[in-house]
Amino acid sequence: MNPREVLPGLVLLAVIAVLPLVASNVVLNFLLSSLIVALAAQGWNLLGGYAGQLSFGHAAFFGTGAYATAVLQIRYGVNAWVGLAVGIALGAAVGWVIGALSFRARLRGSYFALVTLAFAEVLRILANAADFTGGASGLLIRLSPGVENLQFASRAAFLWLLASAVAAVLLLTAWIAHHRFGAHLVAVRENEDAARALGVDVLRTKLRAIALSGGVTAAAGCLYAQNFLYLDANIAYGTWISIEVLIACVLGGTGTVLGPVVGALALHGVGELAKLALGRVAGPVPGVDLVVFGALLILAVAFLPRGMMAGLQRLTRGLAR
Amino acid sequence: MSLLRAEGLSRRFGGLLAVDGASLEVPEGGLIGLIGPNGAGKTTLFALLSGFLAPSAGRVEFAGADVTAEPPHRRALRGMARTFQIVQPFAGLTVRENIAVGAYLRHSARREAIRSAEAVAEEVGLGPMLDGQAAALTVAGRKRLELARALATEPRLLLLDEVLAGLNPSEVRDIIPVIRAIRERGVAILMIEHVMQAVMNLCDHVHVLAGGRMIAAGPPQAVTADPRVIEAYLGHGAAARIAAGSAHA
Repeated sequence: MNPREVLPGLVLLAVIAVLPLVASNVVLNFLLSSLIVALAAQGWNLLGGYAGQLSFGHAAFFGTGAYATAVLQIRYGVNAWVGLAVGIALGAAVGWVIGALSFRARLRGSYFALVTLAFAEVLRILANAADFTGGASGLLIRLSPGVENLQFASRAAFLWLLASAVAAVLLLTAWIAHHRFGAHLVAVRENEDAARALGVDVLRTKLRAIALSGGVTAAAGCLYAQNFLYLDANIAYGTWISIEVLIACVLGGTGTVLGPVVGALALHGVGELAKLALGRVAGPVPGVDLVVFGALLILAVAFLPRGMMAGLQRLTRGLAR
Repeated sequence: MSLLRAEGLSRRFGGLLAVDGASLEVPEGGLIGLIGPNGAGKTTLFALLSGFLAPSAGRVEFAGADVTAEPPHRRALRGMARTFQIVQPFAGLTVRENIAVGAYLRHSARREAIRSAEAVAEEVGLGPMLDGQAAALTVAGRKRLELARALATEPRLLLLDEVLAGLNPSEVRDIIPVIRAIRERGVAILMIEHVMQAVMNLCDHVHVLAGGRMIAAGPPQAVTADPRVIEAYLGHGAAARIAAGSAHA
């Protein structure tokens, strides 16, 4: 593993972890929601960034993780940590099933992206209709703070948990990027035929990627549920999360170790600042952060097509000269 | 014993019989040429041999095993590697990373794979370009990269699809010894080639495909003098005219 690749990320997360000592609740809430998106985006990056299979439907995994944790606790009295583990496993399983159906049918590019979107939407409609998932009124997880319940009275403790999860996936991603599996993912992204000729089992590589990706994004969903203790179909399976993880990765740099984390923080940072600034001037403007997301995406595609990480690299190289 | 044996391979695309009952053998360590006019079905035959296309009829044996139904990556694992006529680099990666993808087939550890990739790069003359982007290579460089990646899988048989096409005469001259050296290491080679200078120079045995059928086979000198082959390339009656022409001279 190349330490230069993960070190800045770990330092960043360490800084985030000490922020609770000085920062206000507003800042902590911002960091919590940014890190949840960062974690979900890290999942997207493994499939979309490394393996090159663009998904518009990562809500399918996020929601599965969130609902698994919530339903298991509420309906079956299962411990939240077990719920987290099951949620991750179910997210991976949903990923594997979506992958098996679409990759076996040789769907690629925009066709694959549309199919993932369709799966997420079907799950959203089902979750919205079924009694099992609380229907349209959603699910409320009973408040009972305690480490054993994966609930924390202080935001700081939850932030530390999230930062560790993001750090763990950061290390996992860096490890993968420097091993055979990572080379296979990138080979599949760049040229499937060439990969096949060199002995890469393309279908198996894609299935592993989507299962892993689903598991990571599902973990973000589980932690979302534990943080907010409420969810409904439009939150858990809503297109918002599919879009935010995608924009975070594109902004930060797809197929880079740090891209999703940097992208998620930047995206949410600018979004919150815009809300705050406009709020001062014109009162609350609902949806202004979405406008900002769109503008950022356009700017990123126009000026940083390979993301902020590539831009930063160019900048540091330029300064070193 | 023959390493690769294809028997009665056919492939139909709708109404077109692209390959029609073609058979060929590549002995262990041999260097066999496959020539034929444009559209003869050479690349289709390669796709059938390497598993990229399923044959409509016939079978492929590799090292004694029937591999007709095996996907390409399984054949690669058995020791069959191919290059593509239209080069297929992993454009976003460096030359080193490109070759390492092939090397990972036999070396699961990164360090081993990289070391093996670098050794292969030296062998085909890509040593100085290891850190460069594959997309920045010249045509000749990309052809070498195709060769290097295939070679990095440590194959027993290399299927080379026009690795010399698009190269200028001096580049062709440079790469011929590379191919000969690979063969001398014991790797069997089946090459599709239009550059006759290379075919005459390198191959022990040549198969000629025309209109999807094998029309001739034998040592390069004999095959190029074969009237059927001359007619396949130059048209009906050409062999007779050439024979008449040389009689006048």
